[in-house]
Amino acid sequence: MKQVSSNISRRHFLKITSLAGGGVLFGFEMLASATAETVADAPLFSPNAYLSIDPQGIITLLAPNPEIGQGVKTSIPMLLAEELDVDWNKVVVTQAAFDKEKYGNQSAGGSGAIRGRYEPIRKAGAVARQMLIAAAAQTWNVPEQECSTENGFVLHKTSGKKLSYGELASKSASMPVPENIKLNDPKDFKILGKRINNVDNKNILTGKPLFGIDTRREGMLFCMVSRPPAFGKKLKSFDDTETRKIPGVKNVVRTETVVAVLATNTWAAKKGRDALKVEWEDASKLESTTEHIAAFKDLIQQKSDKPDRNDGNVEQALSSAKKVIEGIYEVPVLSHAPMEPINFFADVKDGKADLYGPTQVPGKAISDVAKALGIAEANITLGLPRQGGGFGRKLRSDNVVEAAQISAAAKAPIQMLWTREDDMQGDFYRPNGMYRYQAAINAKNELDGWYLSAVALNAGRAAAPENFPAGALANYRCDSHGVQSNIQTGPWRAPTHNAIGFAEQSFLDEIAHELKKDPIAFRLELLEKAKSNPVGKVGYDIEKFKGVINLVSQMSNWGKNTPGRFKGFAAYYSFSTYVAEVAEVSIVNGKPKVHKVWAAVNCGQVVNLSGAENQVQGAIVDGLGHAWYSAITFDKGAVQQKNFNSYKMMRMADAPPAVEVQFVATNEAPTGLGEPGLPPIAAVVCNAIFAATGKRIRKLPFGNEKL
Amino acid sequence: MASYTITINNKNHTVDVLPDTPLLWVLRDELNLVGTKFGCGIAQCGACTVLMNDSAIRSCSYPVSAIGTNKITTIEGLSENGDHPVQKAWDEVDVPQCGYCQAGQVMAAVALLKRKPHPTDEDINAAMTNICRCATYVRIRQAIHLAAGASQPSKGGA
Repeated sequence: MKQVSSNISRRHFLKITSLAGGGVLFGFEMLASATAETVADAPLFSPNAYLSIDPQGIITLLAPNPEIGQGVKTSIPMLLAEELDVDWNKVVVTQAAFDKEKYGNQSAGGSGAIRGRYEPIRKAGAVARQMLIAAAAQTWNVPEQECSTENGFVLHKTSGKKLSYGELASKSASMPVPENIKLNDPKDFKILGKRINNVDNKNILTGKPLFGIDTRREGMLFCMVSRPPAFGKKLKSFDDTETRKIPGVKNVVRTETVVAVLATNTWAAKKGRDALKVEWEDASKLESTTEHIAAFKDLIQQKSDKPDRNDGNVEQALSSAKKVIEGIYEVPVLSHAPMEPINFFADVKDGKADLYGPTQVPGKAISDVAKALGIAEANITLGLPRQGGGFGRKLRSDNVVEAAQISAAAKAPIQMLWTREDDMQGDFYRPNGMYRYQAAINAKNELDGWYLSAVALNAGRAAAPENFPAGALANYRCDSHGVQSNIQTGPWRAPTHNAIGFAEQSFLDEIAHELKKDPIAFRLELLEKAKSNPVGKVGYDIEKFKGVINLVSQMSNWGKNTPGRFKGFAAYYSFSTYVAEVAEVSIVNGKPKVHKVWAAVNCGQVVNLSGAENQVQGAIVDGLGHAWYSAITFDKGAVQQKNFNSYKMMRMADAPPAVEVQFVATNEAPTGLGEPGLPPIAAVVCNAIFAATGKRIRKLPFGNEKL
Repeated sequence: MASYTITINNKNHTVDVLPDTPLLWVLRDELNLVGTKFGCGIAQCGACTVLMNDSAIRSCSYPVSAIGTNKITTIEGLSENGDHPVQKAWDEVDVPQCGYCQAGQVMAAVALLKRKPHPTDEDINAAMTNICRCATYVRIRQAIHLAAGASQPSKGGA
């Protein structure tokens, strides 16, 4: 193996390794400029990718980031294929295992994978392509400038010569690393922006073992755990007499926190787990949601000593207002409930750990396991299967550590699996929150003051102080409060935005109606104010915001309603992406029916049109479902919704039959897309319900409301 | 423990398990047919959907002892080459996001189309009760219509 420094940039380098069998392996590693908007727990990106070309011309691309359903196993290799100039149908995509040296910080979170990988991975493809050209030029003894590429071939047009990448693979390994590379002009993209199907479709649709839960290894025992029945409880003692009588049960071990039953099949492990007599003891306070809500109600009436943002003088604007509009909004705790229940494979022995399973943060998982077990990180390997959803749940590595501890205690390879009930009691939930808004309407019937007092469970900052309409108003203040709890909370798809989006976009609708203004025209008017007379930091691009608002207005024929149907609107900026949405709703037997949703999105260059559209459609229906039905409550630390019979999720019958998505045509670098479609939708539908019924929904889930 | 001979994907298998073992765990742990997924364990989500004869059942809540001579079809046995019209439609519409629930969705759709070869949206609403946590319902609906030959996939859905 030789390593060559490249002059593309001092921060970049290229590794070239000749592969056994005459292929060539290009490795490319760059430190991405950290432009990604950071969210809680979203690590910095330091990406890397590999490609190999075998003598038959088959290109193998390694997908570096964990695939949790956001489509990066397809879209990141597309970046490489575009610049490499290959036939996508001849590309083989393989998931990379965790390797910090090769791939940098592999993670899935903060809608950041494409943002971080867009330029470095394209450069990796372009460098490889240039070296293949160099190999061909040398073979033919012609200048490189006379050579071009097309779908996996290098061509010399004047002589009509043509060699495949496979034929050139071995020779290209000895070519110098190009100093200057030119990336394709977006107008010439052949792959990016097109509809490319999920690379795993065939395997998914034929039931191949793709997921962590499908792991089967020699000597592996199936494992179920007895976990604390409430936050605030800890393990005291257990009696496994009955458990050990169950055929198939092989062992019972305990870690500091849980009791694990190991068996030859899952059912025996579960029966054994259920037969344990476990004694739990109180370790800290057993908290209830009712107490949290009471504390919220108190805190939102209080001013913060340190406002998150304070433009002008809101107190003055409110006291001198002709009218003050007030609305208190509330959102519940949510569970992530990824479809694939929490699991992990672990084989810990002889000071080494072999790990395989679902995690959004493999690097953190390895360091956490290293700390918990006292094993050097270098002695831990971690493989990444396809994952049955993440939504932020797997930004925590508790499942990896728990599996590793059990394997170490049992001295056996194990696959730990949680039941859905374990998952719902052991989540790191979306915190519940309460948002008190006040709007000052002046004598000219204009909005000129905005106050938000926000509180959420375990929140450092419950509000999003840079959000529109901050910047458009002379007087704007935002206070946030937290209620500390031993109930675990964490990032849930579009953290903070998923709650604020509902509250703030509903309140804007309230103000528009109060001022007898069209909700879209009202937003556009405020955006004009932010442009002509910006106040403080304007944390969004006014033209881009207007662009998506105008586009969705056209798409949905805003202002024209089918009789009996009503429209609602909201727009939201998150993860550097602008999304405006309209929903068409009617009320049938006191229940809303959502007929259609339109979404206009500016996420920069679209990488995979099919995947991008799927993400936005999914985010909208996901956000709508949770706003409609889902809520977690606690009673003395114990979750009261333990499975999908009481924790309700969106199903087909209530899903809008059509979600039409349009992306603003632009060649700017891609911005986030896994999350930004979600924050507006709850308000979009609640605003449509208001248009239909005059009833303002201020508390989610709205399915409890009689309309 | 007890011995059961069951017909899965047109082959007979004999397994020695606890009588109350759900079919799901027999498939996954004894026969290594892991395409059928565990999601909730209480017949709510449908990730574990398989066919018993021509009907969809939720294998997480169906004990192996109750299967008898009924024929079970799993996602692995739906077609020889992954080319059942429902599988093809799912790929063409590019339905999956994470993909975890999709085997169950496909099996539920196959059962629906056996009963109603040209289902209406209302038929789909009534029959397709499986949960997709990625919320790919728009595309699932499109794919069912496509498999039924009723429409071509179109941008944005119906």
